[in-house]
Amino acid sequence: MAVKDYIRQRFFPHMWCPGCGHGTILNALLRAVETLGLKKQDIVMVSGIGCSARISGYVDFHSMHTLHGRALAFATGVKMSKPELNVIVPMGDGDALAIGGNHFIHAARRNIEMTAIVMNNRIYGMTGGQFSPLSAHGSMGTTAPYGNIDHDFDVVELATAAGATFVARTTTYHVHELSDFIAQAISHKGFSVLEVLSQCPTHYGRRNRVGGAVDILKTYKNNTVRIGSDKKQENPDLIERGVFVKKELSEYCREYDRLIAREHREAE
Amino acid sequence: MKKKQYKGHKIERSWCKGCGICVEFCPKQVLELDAEGKVSVARPQDCICCKLCELRCPDLAIEVICTEPGTENGHE
Repeated sequence: MAVKDYIRQRFFPHMWCPGCGHGTILNALLRAVETLGLKKQDIVMVSGIGCSARISGYVDFHSMHTLHGRALAFATGVKMSKPELNVIVPMGDGDALAIGGNHFIHAARRNIEMTAIVMNNRIYGMTGGQFSPLSAHGSMGTTAPYGNIDHDFDVVELATAAGATFVARTTTYHVHELSDFIAQAISHKGFSVLEVLSQCPTHYGRRNRVGGAVDILKTYKNNTVRIGSDKKQENPDLIERGVFVKKELSEYCREYDRLIAREHREAE
Repeated sequence: MKKKQYKGHKIERSWCKGCGICVEFCPKQVLELDAEGKVSVARPQDCICCKLCELRCPDLAIEVICTEPGTENGHE
């Protein structure tokens, strides 16, 4: 199938701004689905609120557009009732880690088989450029006109500590890596977290004077390295890309099925 | 190994928002933005079928059509 067979073409051109990284993530997601040979009816996209959440409206899979920050809770319900489906949850940085911070860590702790894609543009884009828990210390936002005094989360460290069994990071510049990591995350039998650095030229770019989409993509190219690169030793400010965690642990839906089966046997 | 053969770019003009990502990161400078600020194929003869423009396009507006080595027809 061609990439365009997986989208709802009637909604294009999409509503994202020119140069928005979220479109590139959609692009890579469709290629990952094509590579894995998944059928449209075997995938559910469950999203919350924000620019990132609009992605579920553009894909021609089963889709649910739910409450701000609560997509993982809805997705847990979907997965528990239909464990055979591939559940993908695209989230913005604020949606995932501010409003949905608790859902995020507990979904990771439970190790329920679904894929959380954190589309990290370091700002609330849709509502006008407020700072998020992933906005760096000192960055500008409409709610931080003199610079942000908060410190940001490291999504990879947070997800790892919360117990996610697949944790990876890449950017919208590294497109081959992006579709490869999405495919790996979907295939993983457990809770997968993929952080994707994604440019918001309209709000983050303008407010922080870092230029347009092309300029931000160049920073992704120049300021990130693969895990284990020697360059990181020389320059600790570089952001690492790659698969940080990939481990096996009993999965929540399978544990639940085993529990039910065991109790039925004992009751007989 | 035989190379892929370039057959053309298929551009969805109404989807292109003119961000210029494809133009900037094309390794062979094949693409340009036209007078209306939309992507156009200025130097098709230089295309090497890497498809980076197609993969990076946030608007899903570009498709590079190339034949795979050993096949007759265009592979999309």
